[in-house]
Amino acid sequence: MEIIDHSGMILLWLTIAFGFFMAWGVGANDVANAMGTSVGAGALTIKQAVMIAAIFEFAGAYLAGGQVTSTIRRGIIDPVLFTETPELLVYGMVASLLAAGIWLLIASLNGWPVSTTHTIVGAIVGFGAAGISVDAVSWGRVGTIVLSWVTSPLCAGILSFMLFRSVQILILDTDEPFKRAKKFIPYYMFMVGFVMSMVTFLKGLSHVGLDLSILESSLYSVLIGLVVVMIGVTLQRKIIVDENADKDFHYASVEKVFAVLMIFTACGMAFAHGSNDVANAIGPLAAVNSVIMSGGQIASEAAIPVWILFLGGAGIATGLIMYGHKVIATIGKGITHLTPSRGFAAELAAGTTVVLASATGMPISTTHTLVGAVLGVGFARGIAAINLKVIRTIFISWVITLPAGAFLAILFFYVLKGVFG
Amino acid sequence: MSNPIFSLFASSPFLPMQEHMKKVLECVQTLENFILAVFAEDWEEARQHQETINNLEEIADDLKREIRLKLPDGLFMPVSRTDLIDLIGLQDRIANKSKDIANIMLGRQMIVPKPMHSAFCEFLESSMKVCSKANQVIQELDELLETGFRGFEVKKVEALIFELDDLEDITDSHERDVRQQLFSLEGDIDAVQVMFLYKVIDWIGEVANRAQAVGHRLHLMLAR
Repeated sequence: MEIIDHSGMILLWLTIAFGFFMAWGVGANDVANAMGTSVGAGALTIKQAVMIAAIFEFAGAYLAGGQVTSTIRRGIIDPVLFTETPELLVYGMVASLLAAGIWLLIASLNGWPVSTTHTIVGAIVGFGAAGISVDAVSWGRVGTIVLSWVTSPLCAGILSFMLFRSVQILILDTDEPFKRAKKFIPYYMFMVGFVMSMVTFLKGLSHVGLDLSILESSLYSVLIGLVVVMIGVTLQRKIIVDENADKDFHYASVEKVFAVLMIFTACGMAFAHGSNDVANAIGPLAAVNSVIMSGGQIASEAAIPVWILFLGGAGIATGLIMYGHKVIATIGKGITHLTPSRGFAAELAAGTTVVLASATGMPISTTHTLVGAVLGVGFARGIAAINLKVIRTIFISWVITLPAGAFLAILFFYVLKGVFG
Repeated sequence: MSNPIFSLFASSPFLPMQEHMKKVLECVQTLENFILAVFAEDWEEARQHQETINNLEEIADDLKREIRLKLPDGLFMPVSRTDLIDLIGLQDRIANKSKDIANIMLGRQMIVPKPMHSAFCEFLESSMKVCSKANQVIQELDELLETGFRGFEVKKVEALIFELDDLEDITDSHERDVRQQLFSLEGDIDAVQVMFLYKVIDWIGEVANRAQAVGHRLHLMLAR
């Protein structure tokens, strides 16, 4: 208890710094997943991508980041167990943040594909099980989370397969694809606006002072969908058939119409990414904050303060503005084979899956979800060549990241315990 | 780059296959100027064209090898890997035969009897037309990829393949004409020369056959 009293503020500021740095890292590295596809498909320039990402990542984190944040904060280990020793929870959470940050640093320096989400979950489980007791971990919940790591790429894959098949049937495999693209693409635009806002509304926006009923939510979502369609149709109107480009590749003009759609799916993807990945940075911070602010009381019911979500969103935005453009550029250059007609299907499917996971509080890997979505398009025979070895690296990343996160967290946990007593 | 999204996309073999076919066609089309030089018995010029043909064939060969290297195990593609490797091999065989024609005609300094010139030219041209149609078919690969090897685009390519068959039939009838003419003239020509003229005629027909085979292979690929 005394530790919380005399070192509380130091610990809190330490966590804020680590949390912000973590969010910064998420922004610098992971945002490329959301934006790289759009840049690679030629739908956005890097500058536009960074701007869109900054706005929508922040919005996603701020408006829809709460659920996953509370899972990280108190879903994996039960804070009530720490009523006698709240400082252990603080050490554990700080240790988890440190572990995740350092592991990600090591991984990115070595070029290993690891997931932020898996690292932080591994870290929290690790300090909970080894530092406190095996029973401190809500294994049932951890099981659901791990299951969601399998189901989320699967779900995104099935969704993107269906989306891309519908595009083939309605637009690409017909005799006048350009005309049909202009006719049907607005419906997909509506889908983007509607799904993203509906999920966000339903999950609740009371923390920003919006309390909507289901009816109101649907109404506003339809409105947002329609606004998206209006903007989209205006942009679409400017696109005319480019006979010259079509001579070489008959679908060049059609792809340009899809590129407009991809601007919106990129927004959706950024929003979804922000809503899920922000928790990796600020979930531990939220836990530490609630202990220290209540003077050592474990208040498991307290809502996440808005400033924490704000900090997370701002951290992501800073990271991507400072560093994201480099990563986006690299990714964009590497995936030019993903044309807008495929990129949109992958992004919309992945974005929808991720935002649904965010609403249900499941911390999932955006990268793996997007990989699943791309494979879905591949199964609809949409992509020239997919390197299946990637799936193996994903599994390896699981197998290595979880124990690594856990081990480092345990290490830091005991170090902090030793330092602060 | 550590991001799985980055390593997810392998390089596409389809555009390189189109490039390869363009080179093959160029190689075949050089035969026209080569044959004209042979007709004129201008062996210096013929040698230059033969060099061009050999160079183009070599470029096509390198492209073929590159494409095959780009198709390692563990790639997930909309069409089977064997189909593509087969197809690129067939494309390449067209260029090989063109090279053989140029090499033997120059090597033996073959003289084509004047009365045969116009029929010979027509025959060669019709064979080249088959190749250029085959090229047109292969140039649809990126469009086929775009549509997921389905729907309207497949029908369009199938129509092109039927045109290819018709053109090959025309080449066959030209081949018969040229043989007929050679038969009527063969008493006046040295027997060894005649033998090789028949061979060259055979090979020009073979160029058309191989071009047709490319179309058929693609058709088979679409049927799966």
